Amino acid sequence: MDAIFSFLQQHLEAVYIVILSIFLGVEVISRVPSVLHTPLMSGANAIHGVVIIGAIIVMGEAEADNYLALVLGFLAVILGTINVVGGFVVTDRMLEMFKSKKTK
Amino acid sequence: MLPLIYLIGSVTFIIGLKMLSNPATARKGNAIAAGGMTLAILGTIFLYRHHGQGLHNYGWIMAGLLIGGVVGLVSARRVKMTAMPEMVSLFNGMGGACAALISIVEFEYMTAVIFTGAPVRMQLVIILAGMVIGAVSFAGSVIAWGKLNGRIKDISFKGQHIFNLVILAVILLLAVVVTAALPAVTVILFVVILLLSLLYGICFVLPIGGADMPVVISLLNSFTGVAAACGGFLYNNPVMLTGGILVGSAGTILTILMCKAMNRSLKNVLIGSFGSPKAAGGSREQGAYKEITLSDTAVIMAYARKVMIVPGYGLAVAQAQHACHELETLLEARGVEVKYAIHPVAGRMPGHMNVLLAEADVPYEKLLEMEQANGQFNTTDVVLVLGANDVVNPAAKTDPASPIYGMPILDVENARSVIVNKRSMKPGYAGIENDLFFQPKTSMLFGDAKQVLQQLVAEIVNSL
Repeated sequence: MDAIFSFLQQHLEAVYIVILSIFLGVEVISRVPSVLHTPLMSGANAIHGVVIIGAIIVMGEAEADNYLALVLGFLAVILGTINVVGGFVVTDRMLEMFKSKKTK
Repeated sequence: MLPLIYLIGSVTFIIGLKMLSNPATARKGNAIAAGGMTLAILGTIFLYRHHGQGLHNYGWIMAGLLIGGVVGLVSARRVKMTAMPEMVSLFNGMGGACAALISIVEFEYMTAVIFTGAPVRMQLVIILAGMVIGAVSFAGSVIAWGKLNGRIKDISFKGQHIFNLVILAVILLLAVVVTAALPAVTVILFVVILLLSLLYGICFVLPIGGADMPVVISLLNSFTGVAAACGGFLYNNPVMLTGGILVGSAGTILTILMCKAMNRSLKNVLIGSFGSPKAAGGSREQGAYKEITLSDTAVIMAYARKVMIVPGYGLAVAQAQHACHELETLLEARGVEVKYAIHPVAGRMPGHMNVLLAEADVPYEKLLEMEQANGQFNTTDVVLVLGANDVVNPAAKTDPASPIYGMPILDVENARSVIVNKRSMKPGYAGIENDLFFQPKTSMLFGDAKQVLQQLVAEIVNSL
């Protein structure tokens, strides 16, 4: 219990962010035409690629002789970047098609 | 400076997601979110300070970004429109793996320095949560990817759900043990948790049938969001928190919306594994189906007043969207009214067909949504079903025992005649028989969708 309390105190801002973000996420998505489900999922997929920032921090803080951290961190940076870049590009490709038919 | 950059990043994610939910602004929204992401990444690389110290290992970071960037860009550019859903699933898996790796490295730091005190215990809980969720998302996404491209078949056995629940319970139990053992750090248990999480991810997705795969991917997507948010807690990083949680909650809502589009509950999707043998919709006598030749089909369609095309996954697999558009323009030139009836979950993902047909330049007005299309079938002469199956299965309305019972379908049987193009009589993705094929109104036209369409076009051009 103590652990939870002191954690809450230390991370009060973060806890607020989490709670508000939950409601925001629900609010933002609530009315989407089913046509957009796939691109939206893909876009959200790209956004959770922010995890790359954690990977960069891990990589950038790894000591030069800690090979496990170096290798895993390196792998994490690669995978995270694939998630971000691939995610946004795929979403853009999907949406490009929507646009081309709209201008018709 | 960095907090400001993170603030901008968070705001772009919110705006981006909001704009993505409207067809007119979606593309811009995606670009805005991508811009915010770039800013946040660059800001982290150059401005991040921890206890006054910047990052090092720049060579590694840049190399990783470069390799990942090239692989991501090339695979996203090269992937065929039909394989998009798999690709999204695979990218999602990468994100999950990334989150899990971060947790593993952070855990390794914990073993190096013995900490004590309450905050460390909570930190361990977050590390564990990030790893478990990330690993489940990674393993599950890879299985979903394999299932969508047909590399992995549905596997289900008796008591599978109980087995899964047991794995989950063991993971939670071990996590509690590891946390309670602080300040002693038990590496072996940590590794066991990791392995069990991967196993759980695999077992979680394996029994879920193909038709439900979009829902599962969407769910795993929100899992990865939560895993990313765990990283946000770990580094007290607001942009990871907002991005991760936003995707976590929006992804959950999206999952529920998708379930609603198919008129199924999430619980049903996760537990009532589609495609299990017992759910085969009963083995009632099937009667005979009748086949139709290409030239007959050509005649019927060329002299119809109104043709409705119902595209499905078969069209996507055969890459037949261009041939389909060709047939449509040819028929229109002869004065036949041609429309497309798009079921919300036709193909493997909602919106899949719209994207494909748009790629082939099919005009937007020709694509009818389900309700519109259902209002027009009774004035339609010929319905051409191209590789769709479950979305036109009348069992969804008539057979309460059917696993797809209650799903709204396209009422193609209201049309004068129905021509179904399939490669064989094999049941569709949900693994259930379709009575439509045995109705007197229905004729079967076997063959690969693309070839059949090309031959139809040639037939109409040459002999009619």
